Amino acid sequence: MRQIMEGSHAVAEAVRLCRPGVISAYPITPQTHIVERLAEMVANGECDADYITVESEFSALSSCLGASAAGSRTYSATTSQGLAFMFEVCFNVAGMRQPVIMSIANRAMGAPLSIWNDQQDSISLRDAGWFQLYAEDAQESMDLHFLAYRIAEDHRVLLPGFVCFDGFILSHTYEPVDVPPQDGIDAFLPPFKPFNVLDAKNPISMGMYATPDYYMEFRYQMDQAMDQAAKVMAEAGREFSERFGRDYGGLVEEYRLDDADVAFVAMGSVCGTVKDAIDEMRAAGVKAGLLKLRSFRPFPKADIRRALAGVAAVAVLEKNISIGSAMKGAAGPEVKDALYGTGINVYSYIIGLGGRDVRKKDIAAIAKAAAAQQGDMFYGLRTELV
Amino acid sequence: MRELRIHGRGGQGSVTAAELIAVAAFESGVYSQAFPAFGVERRGAPVQAFVRFSDEKIRLRSQVYEPDYIIVQDSTLIKDVPVFSGLKPDGIAIINTEKAGKYNVPAGVRLITLDATKIALEELGLPIANTTLMGAFTAASGEIALSALESALRERFPGPLAEKNITAARRAYDLVGEGA
Repeated sequence: MRQIMEGSHAVAEAVRLCRPGVISAYPITPQTHIVERLAEMVANGECDADYITVESEFSALSSCLGASAAGSRTYSATTSQGLAFMFEVCFNVAGMRQPVIMSIANRAMGAPLSIWNDQQDSISLRDAGWFQLYAEDAQESMDLHFLAYRIAEDHRVLLPGFVCFDGFILSHTYEPVDVPPQDGIDAFLPPFKPFNVLDAKNPISMGMYATPDYYMEFRYQMDQAMDQAAKVMAEAGREFSERFGRDYGGLVEEYRLDDADVAFVAMGSVCGTVKDAIDEMRAAGVKAGLLKLRSFRPFPKADIRRALAGVAAVAVLEKNISIGSAMKGAAGPEVKDALYGTGINVYSYIIGLGGRDVRKKDIAAIAKAAAAQQGDMFYGLRTELV
Repeated sequence: MRELRIHGRGGQGSVTAAELIAVAAFESGVYSQAFPAFGVERRGAPVQAFVRFSDEKIRLRSQVYEPDYIIVQDSTLIKDVPVFSGLKPDGIAIINTEKAGKYNVPAGVRLITLDATKIALEELGLPIANTTLMGAFTAASGEIALSALESALRERFPGPLAEKNITAARRAYDLVGEGA
């Protein structure tokens, strides 16, 4: 049923529909409305989870790790410095192959202190062994949670995942969403079947120390599992499309790319603005298109190579900066790698850091810059300040 | 697509107004989107909130720079904040003020001034004019049905408080309908 609600509340609804056994989180702007609403749902009996209140993000994710190891479907949510505080636990959750799902209401990293949106927080954890999905709107913010649990808990995968949605821009925006019925989600997402369970009667250890004779094989298997996550995401996405009529059949979404000369590559809420900008550019005779990355980990290399084969230039829009890297953005080099040998020009454009607004005219200007072979740069800087 | 920009001060309920207008628009049968200007919310500081209305799904995520409508909750903002910036020539400006003064609105703009704070004080006993101004917006813009606004208010506020807000909104609705 279509309803209008705040993005954070759409996420809380999605989590409730997934029937988590344990929720543990520590409030932080702009994630707070999600966990407030979930706490309310648990308190009034709408959500049959144990809500573990903690004193920090470190403890929140540690609680989830323990609960997941004991066989429970678990959930957390955070952002920015809260995620940074979880850094150590993130690697442990992934290494112990626990399918914890965490919403990231993407926010800039301090210092300087910023509560506003960019994607530096989750991008900075790209190597932790969590898959990373990025939502364009409230509907996707909701639906990607259903997919995330399906992917994470599949025994071919058994990796944790982030569902990333832009702080404020999506978390604090009211817009219509189609909320699936509980029986539909129950059919799509069966109860969690753990691979191994901590059980006092049959004791096992998780996260033990691995000598040099064993460690590399653990990391190899995680990488193999991430490749499987791409397959499971495609399968589960197709099933979701059949059940609910919304297409999540792949790691990417293509928009007006067929005859495009300039292609944007982007993640998250900016994709909506880019689509509107593309419609205007095309009306003015500029053949532009968009490849939206719904997944950053696993990275959709083959999809990029196929979808962008015919374009002349690629503009990767980055709400992050890998300070000191040649292209500046984190996604640019991977897109360039996917297109290696094709002769297509690939550039990164750093946009929207710390909540700087991104407008349609900015997108049109970036298309011009890419066509003129100018890139790997900040766009929208206030040059009078630097 | 039509766009509304609400100017107010922290504590005047600009974000709530945007949300409730979006809810009422959705209930009236269009796609809507409401969001704040993501400032640091301090009581008394200038704030903005935005609403978009469209017959199609709304994808645009940037702030509103060329609104079709503006609501100014507090006319003392006008000397500090460029509230009329980008307002479309055929747009509507609704200003809450004690006395109708001369405002430098762009040519062609329909200017509506009303003492919404007075109405709010009489009906709610509080100088919070956001719901009153929503009534004015409903009458002036035609974007939302009065019944949809009333149900949005009933959904947000508990019984008697909802009815008081509805009475305030209706007074402004009638006032603007009569060409205030």
